Amino acid sequence: MSAEAEEPSTKRDWAAIAQKVGVPLASVLLAMIISSVIMWVSGYDPFAAFAALFRGSFGTPKAFGDTLLKSTPLILAGLGLAYGFRANLFNIGAEGQLFMGGLAVAWLGLLLAGQPWWITIPVLLLAAMLAGAAWAFIPAILKARIGAHEVITTMMFTYIARYLVSYLVIGPLKSPGQIPQTGLLPSESQLPRIQSLFSEATLQAMPFLKLGRAHTGIVVALVAAVVVWWLLKYTTLGYENRAVGYNPFAAETGGISVQWTIVKALCISGALAGLAGAVEVMGVHYRLFDQFSSGFGFTGIAVALLAKNHPIAVVPAALLFGAMAAGGGTMQLEANVPQKIILIVQALVIFFVAAEGIVTYFVRQRQKEATSHVG
Amino acid sequence: MPLLELREITKVFPGVLANDRVSIRLERGEIVALLGENGAGKSTLMNVVYGLLTADGGEILVDDKPVRIKSPRQAIDLGIGMVHQHFMLIEPLTVTENIVLGREPGHYGIIDFTTARERVREISERYGLKVDPDAKIIDLSVGMQQRVEILKALYQGVRVLILDEPTAVLTPQEVTELFTVVRSLVDEGLSVVFITHKLEEVVAIADRILVMRDGIVVGETTPGATDEVGLARMMVGRDVVLRVEKGAGTCGGTVLAVEDVHVHDDRSLEAVKGISFSVCGGEILAIAGVDGNGQRELVESIVGLRRPSSGRIELKGKDITHANARASIEAGVSHIPEDRRRRGLVLEFNLAENIILGDHRRPPVARRGIMHPRAITAVARKRIADYDIRTPSERVLAENLSGGNQQKVVVAREIGRDPELLVAAQPTRGLDVGAIEFVHRQILRERSAGKAILLVSLELEEVLSLADRILVIYEGLIVKEFAASKTDAETLGYYMTGGGGSKLDTGTGARQIATPSAGGDQ
Repeated sequence: MSAEAEEPSTKRDWAAIAQKVGVPLASVLLAMIISSVIMWVSGYDPFAAFAALFRGSFGTPKAFGDTLLKSTPLILAGLGLAYGFRANLFNIGAEGQLFMGGLAVAWLGLLLAGQPWWITIPVLLLAAMLAGAAWAFIPAILKARIGAHEVITTMMFTYIARYLVSYLVIGPLKSPGQIPQTGLLPSESQLPRIQSLFSEATLQAMPFLKLGRAHTGIVVALVAAVVVWWLLKYTTLGYENRAVGYNPFAAETGGISVQWTIVKALCISGALAGLAGAVEVMGVHYRLFDQFSSGFGFTGIAVALLAKNHPIAVVPAALLFGAMAAGGGTMQLEANVPQKIILIVQALVIFFVAAEGIVTYFVRQRQKEATSHVG
Repeated sequence: MPLLELREITKVFPGVLANDRVSIRLERGEIVALLGENGAGKSTLMNVVYGLLTADGGEILVDDKPVRIKSPRQAIDLGIGMVHQHFMLIEPLTVTENIVLGREPGHYGIIDFTTARERVREISERYGLKVDPDAKIIDLSVGMQQRVEILKALYQGVRVLILDEPTAVLTPQEVTELFTVVRSLVDEGLSVVFITHKLEEVVAIADRILVMRDGIVVGETTPGATDEVGLARMMVGRDVVLRVEKGAGTCGGTVLAVEDVHVHDDRSLEAVKGISFSVCGGEILAIAGVDGNGQRELVESIVGLRRPSSGRIELKGKDITHANARASIEAGVSHIPEDRRRRGLVLEFNLAENIILGDHRRPPVARRGIMHPRAITAVARKRIADYDIRTPSERVLAENLSGGNQQKVVVAREIGRDPELLVAAQPTRGLDVGAIEFVHRQILRERSAGKAILLVSLELEEVLSLADRILVIYEGLIVKEFAASKTDAETLGYYMTGGGGSKLDTGTGARQIATPSAGGDQ
């Protein structure tokens, strides 16, 4: 039985990858079909709707730029969720950590006025990560020490973060004027738009670079995806994270501190969410106000689920959700389909990804029984 | 005319030929034992018959008519039932509710429980399977739950009952009761397929024995025509040393010293009430006792999973009383946990990832927090080769291996680390003869290499054959010490159950003293 070593196992790897990729793709496809039916029943033209949605998200360089813009915080929040899920932790409060990241940047960015960009940008990104991690730290300690469930605690911390930000933008950090918001970040603290990096002549020659509002935060997000992937795959930190996620008892027996791993996992998750808040403030709004995040921390949950917690897969998953957010307006304008229908599509995607979990669970139980006696 | 016939059944899993043209006939009213090591293909074959798996070749005949069985539903409709190792009952529901589930008597979606209960009672009396129809499953013992599973199959009107390793979870008394039930089923005209890897059961119950090895039927015999040694040879394919051969022990200096250790259990009750002993290099010290007398807590305190409330534990003179699991591993303590699926392995990890667990921070596997995949592969392949782990590759997930191979992975990892002290808790639980022999040989090899071994086992035969010295633990105290050569199972059993005047003989758990298993005896 041990003779035919290499070949079957590589084949099986490919089959496993195909299954991993196939299911999320099928979920998206099913979601599109069912939402088409819903649109059709409601008297809308689904083909026109999806065509408009596509044009509004990928049709022009500017539209694609909008998709990138919306995807950037989703990639980072999704990575945070995925990293937590790998330790069997559900950091449902990523939104709160994202707010704290945004707050740190908006506040510190003003203090750092006058410093060159190569100081401000790294310092601000780091500060946002620290703020997010700090906001996850207390729930993490509560989980590790007394077993308080992170779904409850991180969620409650989200409320604290949101009201804290509300208070600060009305009160102590409010800039002069009528609107409750912080002061404008100096340009050295802003993440430049991608098209601003190129000269007018280059943009003329290569019009696909006219990405509109898309900013360099996407680079931060992509680098983060690679770093998280590397952490999980090639470091003891990631190995211990996964071991604790799968089987804390075996991990403990193998000399891994389960409590410490939980703390590290939630803090890293929080740091990534904080980074999501930072890019949103530094790349889009340049200031902090009550509604600066449109629920990226929550959509990040869906992104991580669709990506099956694989850090690289988080990128296309976030692009999908980003595209829906970016193209929704065009869909409403051109196909006259209410933008809210996007929520139905998103819900269906999540539903099918989750349902797949149920189906494969049973399939795997059967396979387990069948194969557990073969070796 | 055979009731059930399999012709040339073939089943292939990726990288493994699980069944290779297996042909079997089952007559009316007979008990056929399907004997084989873990991974021989017995369960796979029966899962094909029960419709859980689809064969890649061959045909199944029921009453001489070819049939296609694609689901358990179809199998049941054809009169074939199966009771799995892991029961498929709904715990909060009652016995009756579980039995009639799927075929409830009644009309318009309203279940007629009076009729249901009556039918359950009728069947249970007819076959001598006594069980309270109104009891909740969760309140029943494992043996009773198994009865419910059998009743459920009978309620569905099966003629062939497949029992997959039915005794694995039972106490000796329950095994005897099960055998009585099986005989009464056969008297009523049913046929039974009894999957097992335990030799003495086969001899006790079967009318006919089919021995499987590596996916093929290697022999057919009857209990009268052979004995356990002969069966073991057929099953493993070579002569099996059922009795462990070992030379005289030597003491190469104290390795582990335990002084007046007290340990609390999860409910904060004192489980270990002041235990002292020491283990020499080159010595196997066994702790014998009925389950739940403090062995688990004692082991956990030595390997760093639980803090002793007082006392002192030293490894080669170094204080490890308050070492955590990591410090314990680094000090040279290896631990084969009693529950490999829960504590021993991360089932979702592949073999390589499991083999490095515990060594995953140290060179060559990792340096400064960065892991080296090539070194990991090299270590894993070496262990797989050295410890004869049967797998297509080191990237196979641990959950896809048989129990014996899973245990080999744990043994390979813990012994391969080259420890000073090996703590082996129930190292052969649930293994077949071949695997038991393998694990015993590895432990003895460590003994020859001058390592200290602390063996905790409920299997008296294992304790008697492996150990140099035996300590009997009862209610958190060591009540007696023996040289292994100067005692026997009866004497041990007497002290294990509170004999010798140490405490009141409550008799609880006494029946759980392990009877000789297939591997350790003779």
